[in-house]
Amino acid sequence: MTKARPYLLQAAIIGAVLLALYGLASVVAAKMRALGVEPGFGFLWQRAGFDIGDRLIAFDAADTYGRAFLVGLLNTVRVALVAIVASVLLGGLVGLGQLSRNPLVAKLSEAHVEIFRNVPLLLQVLIVYVLLIGRLPLPHEAWQLGPDIWLSKSGLAIPWPVLTETGWLLDHPLLGRFTFTGGAVLTPEFMAVAVALTLYTSAYIAETVRGAVQSVPHAQSEAALAMGLSEVQTLRHVVVPQALRSMIPPLANQLLNLIKNSSLAVAVGYPDLVAVADTTLTQSGHAVECIAIIMAVYLFLSLLTAALMSAWHGRLLRQQAGGRI
Amino acid sequence: MKKYLRPGNFLIAAVLAWAGWLLFDWAVLQAVFRPDAAACHALQGNGACWGVVTEKFRVILFGRYPLDQQWRPLVALLLMFGLLGASAMPRCHGKRLFTAWGVGLLLVLLLLKGGLFGLDNVDTPRWGGLPLTLLLTLFGLGGAFPLAVLLALGRNGRLPVLRSLCTTFIEIIRGVPLVAVLFMAAFMFPLFMPKGWEFPALLRVLVGIILFAAAYMAEVIRGGLLAISRGQHEAAQALGLSYWQVQLTVVLPQTLRNVLPSLMNSAIALFKDTSLVIIVGLFELTGALGLAVDGDPKWRAFALDGYLFIAFIYWLGCFAMSRYSRALERLI
Repeated sequence: MTKARPYLLQAAIIGAVLLALYGLASVVAAKMRALGVEPGFGFLWQRAGFDIGDRLIAFDAADTYGRAFLVGLLNTVRVALVAIVASVLLGGLVGLGQLSRNPLVAKLSEAHVEIFRNVPLLLQVLIVYVLLIGRLPLPHEAWQLGPDIWLSKSGLAIPWPVLTETGWLLDHPLLGRFTFTGGAVLTPEFMAVAVALTLYTSAYIAETVRGAVQSVPHAQSEAALAMGLSEVQTLRHVVVPQALRSMIPPLANQLLNLIKNSSLAVAVGYPDLVAVADTTLTQSGHAVECIAIIMAVYLFLSLLTAALMSAWHGRLLRQQAGGRI
Repeated sequence: MKKYLRPGNFLIAAVLAWAGWLLFDWAVLQAVFRPDAAACHALQGNGACWGVVTEKFRVILFGRYPLDQQWRPLVALLLMFGLLGASAMPRCHGKRLFTAWGVGLLLVLLLLKGGLFGLDNVDTPRWGGLPLTLLLTLFGLGGAFPLAVLLALGRNGRLPVLRSLCTTFIEIIRGVPLVAVLFMAAFMFPLFMPKGWEFPALLRVLVGIILFAAAYMAEVIRGGLLAISRGQHEAAQALGLSYWQVQLTVVLPQTLRNVLPSLMNSAIALFKDTSLVIIVGLFELTGALGLAVDGDPKWRAFALDGYLFIAFIYWLGCFAMSRYSRALERLI
C-alpha cells in the first residue's frame, strides 16, 4: 500500500491538471463564441486595419495581423540588439571603473550603478522619452551632430545604405517640409527605450563585471605586475580572460532580462511585439491567442539567447583548457 | 598621495564640479517650488519646476481616491511604514510582529475599502498612488512567499510528475516578461471565470504579480534548499520525523535564513516592478503622475519634473532596502 501511494498521488495530480485545463479551455471557448469570436489562430490571416509607423519591413493597414506580429517582432529584436551592444560596452566600462584605483572614477562608477539600478525601468523609459520630446528642437531647427546626422523631435536622422540597381548607395536624410525623408530615422520612442534599457541594464552588468573581476585571485595580477606587465596589459592578458569564465552565466541572465524588459516599449508607444499584440487583442478579441504568441516568442528568444551564451561559454572553457588564452 | 595629483584627475574633478554646479543650479537655485505655473513657464527649462509636485501632490500620492476621504490612504500609508520600520529592527522580531502584520494589513484594506464602521465604500479602481504601490508590493510578497516555498519543495521533491509540473511553471514564468503576465491577468483571467463571477482588476493584477514573483523566489529558495547537506535530512528522518516535519522544522528554517539577502533582492525587484501595473490601467505612483499632469495643459509641460520626483521616491525605497539587505548579510 505504501509503495502504491506515490503513484496514485501522481496519477491524481495528472488527472486534476488535465481536468482543470479542459475545464478552462471549454469555459474560455464558450465565452469567446458568446462574444462572437471564433477561437483559434485563423485571425492571423485576416486584414489588420491598423498602421505601424516605425517598421523595418513594408506594412500598411491592408496587411494581415500575422505580418503585424512580424513587424513587432523585428522591432523588438532591433531595440534589444542595440541595447545589448550598448549596455555590455557601458556596463563593462563602469564595472572596471568601480575597481579603478582612481577614487574619482571609482566613486563615479558606483554612483552610476546606484542611480540606475534603483529606479524602475519604466520610469527611466518615461523620463528619457519626456526629455526627448520636450527638449529637442522642431525638425526645421534640428541639431546637426555630424555630417548628415540630425537630431530633432522627429528623431535621429542618419544616412543609411540602400541597395539600388547600381549597387549599394548611401541614402542621405533630407529635410522636407515637415520632417526628414531618406536615410534612416530612429524615432524618439525607439531612442527612449534603447537608452533607458542601456542605462538600466548597464548598472547590473557593471555589478556582474565587478564581481567576476574580484573573483580572480589578487595574487594573479600582483604576479603579472611583478613580471613587468603594465596595468592595462595585466587586465587584458591575465585578469579579463579569467574573469570572463565566471562572468558569462550571470551576463547571459542580464541579457535575458534585457530582452524581456524591452516589452516596456508599450508604455511609450514603440511598436514592439507586445504593443502590436495589445492593439490586436483589443481590436480582434483574440486575447488568449495574442498572449500565447507573446509568451511563445519570448520563450523562444530566451532559449535562443541562453543557448548562444552557453555555446560561447563552452567554447571559451575548451579554449582555455587547451592553453590558448 | 602623489598619484592623485595627475592632470587627468584635475580635469575629471573640474568637469564633475562643473556638472554638479549646473545640476545644483537647475534643481535648487533656479527652481520654482511654489505652485505657480506662470513662473514655471517663465523658467524656459533653465530651472526645475517642483511646483508641479506642490500643486499636484495629492493626486501623485493618492491617485483618484476621493479628495475628502484621503486621510484614509494617508493613515494606511503610515501604518504600512510603521510595520516596515518595526520589521527592520531586530529587537521587534517575534510572533507578535507576525500578528501585527496580519492585523495591520487587514486594517489597511479596511481603511482603503471602507463600507464598514461608517466609512464610505471606495471601490478598488479609485485606489492609487503610493499606498497602492506599497499594497501591491506587500501583498505580492506575502502571497508569493508561501507559493514559492511550495514550488521550490515540489521542484526538489521525489515525485517526477510534481517535479516537472513545478519546473514547467517556474521556467515559463521566468521566460516571459511581466507585461505578458499582467496582460494575462487583465484580459485572460476574466475569460476563465464562469458567468456571473467578476473580480476587480486590482485582485486579478495582484494574482498575476504573485504568480510572477513566486517563480523567481522559488528559484532563490531552491538554491538554498540544495545547499542544506544530506546529513540534515537523514538525521531528521532517522529521528522518525515525517516529510513535512523534516521540511518545516529542520530544512526550511536553515534555508530561509541563508537566502534572506537574496529574498530581499526579490522584494526590491517586486517594488520596482509594481510600476508596470499602469500598463493595465491601475494608477499606482507612476500612473498617478500621468493622471495628474496629462490632462492639465497648464502643467503638462512639467511631467519631467514630476517623474524625477517619483524616481527619487523609488530610489529612496530601493536604496534603503539594498543597504538593509547588506547589513542583514553581515548579521547572518
